[in-house]
Amino acid sequence: MSQTIPMQEFASARKSARTEPAPVRFIIIALAVTFLTVFVVLPLVIVFTSAFSRGVGAFLNALADPEAFAAIKLTLIVAAISVLLNLIFGVAAAWAISKFEFPGKTMLNTLIDLPFSVSPVISGLVFVLLFGAQGLLGAWLQANDVHIIFAIPGIVLATTFVTFPFVAREMIPLMQEQGTSEEEAALSLGASGLKTFWRVTLPNVKWGLLYGVLLCNARAMGEFGAVSVVSGHIRGETNTMPLLVEILYNEYQFVAAFAIASLLAMLALVTLVIKIVLEGRLEGHHSDH
Amino acid sequence: MSGAAQRRTLPGFGLTMGVTLTLLSIIVLIPLAGLFVKTIELSPSQFWSILSNPRTLNALKLSFGLSFGAAIVNLVMGMVIVWALVRYRFPGRRIFDAIVDIPFALPTAVAGVALTALFAQKGWLGAPLAELGIKVAFTPLGIFVAMVFIGIPFVVRTVQPVLIDLDPEIEEAAASLGAGRWHTVTKVILPGLLPAMLTGFALAFARAVGEFGSVIFIAGNLPNISEIAPLLIVIRLSEFRYADATAIAVVMLLVSFVIIFIINRLQRWSQSRAITN
Repeated sequence: MSQTIPMQEFASARKSARTEPAPVRFIIIALAVTFLTVFVVLPLVIVFTSAFSRGVGAFLNALADPEAFAAIKLTLIVAAISVLLNLIFGVAAAWAISKFEFPGKTMLNTLIDLPFSVSPVISGLVFVLLFGAQGLLGAWLQANDVHIIFAIPGIVLATTFVTFPFVAREMIPLMQEQGTSEEEAALSLGASGLKTFWRVTLPNVKWGLLYGVLLCNARAMGEFGAVSVVSGHIRGETNTMPLLVEILYNEYQFVAAFAIASLLAMLALVTLVIKIVLEGRLEGHHSDH
Repeated sequence: MSGAAQRRTLPGFGLTMGVTLTLLSIIVLIPLAGLFVKTIELSPSQFWSILSNPRTLNALKLSFGLSFGAAIVNLVMGMVIVWALVRYRFPGRRIFDAIVDIPFALPTAVAGVALTALFAQKGWLGAPLAELGIKVAFTPLGIFVAMVFIGIPFVVRTVQPVLIDLDPEIEEAAASLGAGRWHTVTKVILPGLLPAMLTGFALAFARAVGEFGSVIFIAGNLPNISEIAPLLIVIRLSEFRYADATAIAVVMLLVSFVIIFIINRLQRWSQSRAITN
């Protein structure tokens, strides 16, 4: 029977075997688009329209406020330290895990991912239990006048905790894929270990590294739950941008709250665009092999 | 080729492993261990009385119950979205594909104030819903909406690569054997996607249970009614009731560890299925 079917009809039969009738297609697309518009596009749009609801002047005034300035500065400092720690940890962990075999590797991989499955509030709580006034080390810290909780070190620790897996997660699979032969060749030609890493390993993984740093930075600047628990909300001192959004919002200063929120939303959008560009590069890199 | 002996020729194992373990211990392991030390300090009866406190029970019930419901919405709508993105071509498809990640990328406090503004009684969506007699903001329904928002990317991103890689010949074979389209989708395609769907569901559920920033603004935060477990931890801490905060945190943490374990099993299951296929 099949010989009697003309080629065109056969092709369209093949195609129709893999899709749904037009009305069903339309309903599925309409549902997907409506859902994403209501739950994702509208919240994003309302951030910007609320920030500018009283004009550009009010928006700029809100950002020029000393408290806003202090929050932006603190957010940048905390993110810089967290990203640096993340970078050191991520590169070290990726080198050890991807270039060597050792017992307990799976376990180590699981432990690195652990912070992703801990609620942000619990990520803050663990540091309060350790360093807070009634914490395990609280009495000693008070006696020696060391301030961690309700101070910047606590914010840095909590932020680093929640972002800890980001760089390692991107680097480990990428470096595993690279293998060790290029490094071995460089070493046999007399290059030092550091030079080998710098000249051979790093160029191969630079986009993945950047990708990890980018995601880490976005999360570090936007973290709310963990930071909220350890910060103490001391105005002008321990408020990061997300915490200031909360304070302004609760004081009904909506334009100011959304002005700060719009900066964070811009950060998220820029991160997303760079992420898409980098993913293109990473895929291009994969197909080179 | 790359035997253990040969691999050892690369330098830096001791240094990088040392840095890894030191930082991991200081930042993650010791603080988490502290939580369990604090838990052991509690007597079993103390632990039990904290957990059986009605306010605690209600917060845990609310968090787990609403998270489960939100994850189901994420599963169903995630499948609709992933199907539209992978199988159909429509204007703006690439943009909609990109914005699926926004709930990941947007800081939770920003999502929280935005959703609240949107669903408040005078908000763009809150006003028409209020006319229908549906109040979203400052009710448990608001918590549910925030949890749905935060869980959107999980099912889409876990199922998407699997659906893209699905062998078209399986579908064609089913169709050529006379299976209707509905039959082909439910009996041939969906079983192949099931491990990824369950993984996405579990990830969305775990995220919703622990979520704080995007929920507390829209929640209303009335004890026993719209107070989620993470918020109760924060409240107990501010009252210096560390034991209470610890007990609630340990319960939540244990549940998320069980979920990770299940996800790992699911992934192993799907890998072994892929091999046998």
